[in-house]
Amino acid sequence: MSHINPTIPISEEDLAALRERLGLDQPLPIQHFAWLAAALSGDFGYSIQRGGVPVLPLVLSRVGPTVLLMFTAMLIAIVAGIFAGIVSAIRKNRAADVGLSILSFLGVSSPAFLTGLLGLYAFSVVLRWFPSGGMLTPGQPYSTLDVLYHLIVPATLLSIAQGALIMRYMRSSLLEVLSQDYVRTARAKGVREFWVIVKHAVRNALLPVITLIGSTIGGAIGGAIFIESVFNWPGMGLLMITAVTSRDYSVIMCATLLIGASVILINLLTDIAYAAVDPRIRNA
Amino acid sequence: MSTVSVAASQTPRSSAGPYRRAARRFFSNIPAVAGLLVTCTIILLSLTYPWWWQFSPNDIDLRAINQGPSATHWMGSDGVGRDVLARTMQGGRTSLLVAVVSMFISMFIGFIFGAVAGFSGRLVDGIAMRIVDLAMTLPPVIFLLVLASIAGTGILPTILVISLLSWPVLARMVRARFLELRERDFVVAARGMGAGLPHLLLRHGIPNCIDILVVYATLQIAAGILLEAGLSFLGLGIAPPEASWGNMLNAARSTRVLEAYPWQWMFPGVVLVISVLAINFIGDGLRDAFDPRSDLN
Repeated sequence: MSHINPTIPISEEDLAALRERLGLDQPLPIQHFAWLAAALSGDFGYSIQRGGVPVLPLVLSRVGPTVLLMFTAMLIAIVAGIFAGIVSAIRKNRAADVGLSILSFLGVSSPAFLTGLLGLYAFSVVLRWFPSGGMLTPGQPYSTLDVLYHLIVPATLLSIAQGALIMRYMRSSLLEVLSQDYVRTARAKGVREFWVIVKHAVRNALLPVITLIGSTIGGAIGGAIFIESVFNWPGMGLLMITAVTSRDYSVIMCATLLIGASVILINLLTDIAYAAVDPRIRNA
Repeated sequence: MSTVSVAASQTPRSSAGPYRRAARRFFSNIPAVAGLLVTCTIILLSLTYPWWWQFSPNDIDLRAINQGPSATHWMGSDGVGRDVLARTMQGGRTSLLVAVVSMFISMFIGFIFGAVAGFSGRLVDGIAMRIVDLAMTLPPVIFLLVLASIAGTGILPTILVISLLSWPVLARMVRARFLELRERDFVVAARGMGAGLPHLLLRHGIPNCIDILVVYATLQIAAGILLEAGLSFLGLGIAPPEASWGNMLNAARSTRVLEAYPWQWMFPGVVLVISVLAINFIGDGLRDAFDPRSDLN
């Protein structure tokens, strides 16, 4: 206590009693196991910064907005990335391909906080088309349209890095597949070029891309933190940043544990999705 | 003249060694060379700016607050009249310093970790790789935030945080290479002659991992710049008044700066993206150059 606020007068006996009551006189590993045991039963303690608010409900209340933001962004990234990758591979070395490749290189190299700032500046300051942050317009009743209106810019900006990566993988993977014998066979049989691409090539080219999508989740969570910070989106990222700047360790630990667990879960789901697309894995 | 050419045609022409060929492949890669030029320019400018630029990064000029780009302040000035160009150059120094030092530290940790895991028995290898898995499970930025909350702000903690975050990828690559190496005859022979771990690592390990290390080093500098900028942007990395690209961008978190004084954050942002892009081009070029198969394409 006297470390947090040295101006509070507190006697040595009180300090010792307090330490004993809070378990701070125990060695660190035992303190950690006590925390773990409590965490297993859903008790993550209380937020230091917010004066005794239980941590778990606080963190859980932030999961929804983050999942909404990330899910929308991933949807945009997957659809746009795969589509751009297909276009880029079919039009290899032509203007469309070169343009898209340059864009994807820029997308991969620019950090989320910078694209966030630029997007905020462009859409909210210069053009004034979209609100500059938050999830709902203050003072108005909740409506899905309002949330979407606030969601579209941050989600699009968040999708850029992931979409660019998906595009690059999709392009190289499709180019490889297009040179395979069965594609030539399909063309020789007289299958229309559109169906060759869609039915024969793209389906096989998607395999490495699905693995990629799973492994970029971590990066997307990182991006979401910055985007949430720029757009004041009330999600896990914003909670995490305020917790870190105010050294609110109980919140940090709970949020980290939750994020780590969900990343592992998502990786598992990716593996399962992989089996659904690739019959060779199902049988093995 | 003719005797010389006869003599030359009689001796078999020695083919270029692997490094020469790698260098040739690298220098025929236009984006990579362009990246190299841009990177060298940025390094040169940020190292020499005190000699050709009249302002220094922390000079406060209260008569020139929040001025736009002009003939005196090419990139304008910030909220207390400091010159944005000088701060961008100084920020470049800070960012590069953090990125390069943390690259060396994480390369050291990653190489030793991967090498020991690759050369030792199953048990040590298994434990080491589970540690790597654990370090890679958490999203990097979350890990970064947790480490930063413990380490605090400043140049040294930032370097420490970035190095501790970045080594697992390298450890994995080095381990894979060492698993391959330990079966090779020259390594078996060296072990048979009683070579210790330091000899194996220095004489056989490093030369045979040089491609991994060089590519990792380059890409890690770019990643380090981004991580530093990200941390400082959140106010957890380099603390003001020390300039860095990230904490100059941090200024844009105030709506007033974002809206009214875009030059204060756009210039460092643009320089940041250009450097990262250029270094990534070099890294990709090096990766292709070290891959002997890329000649076939």
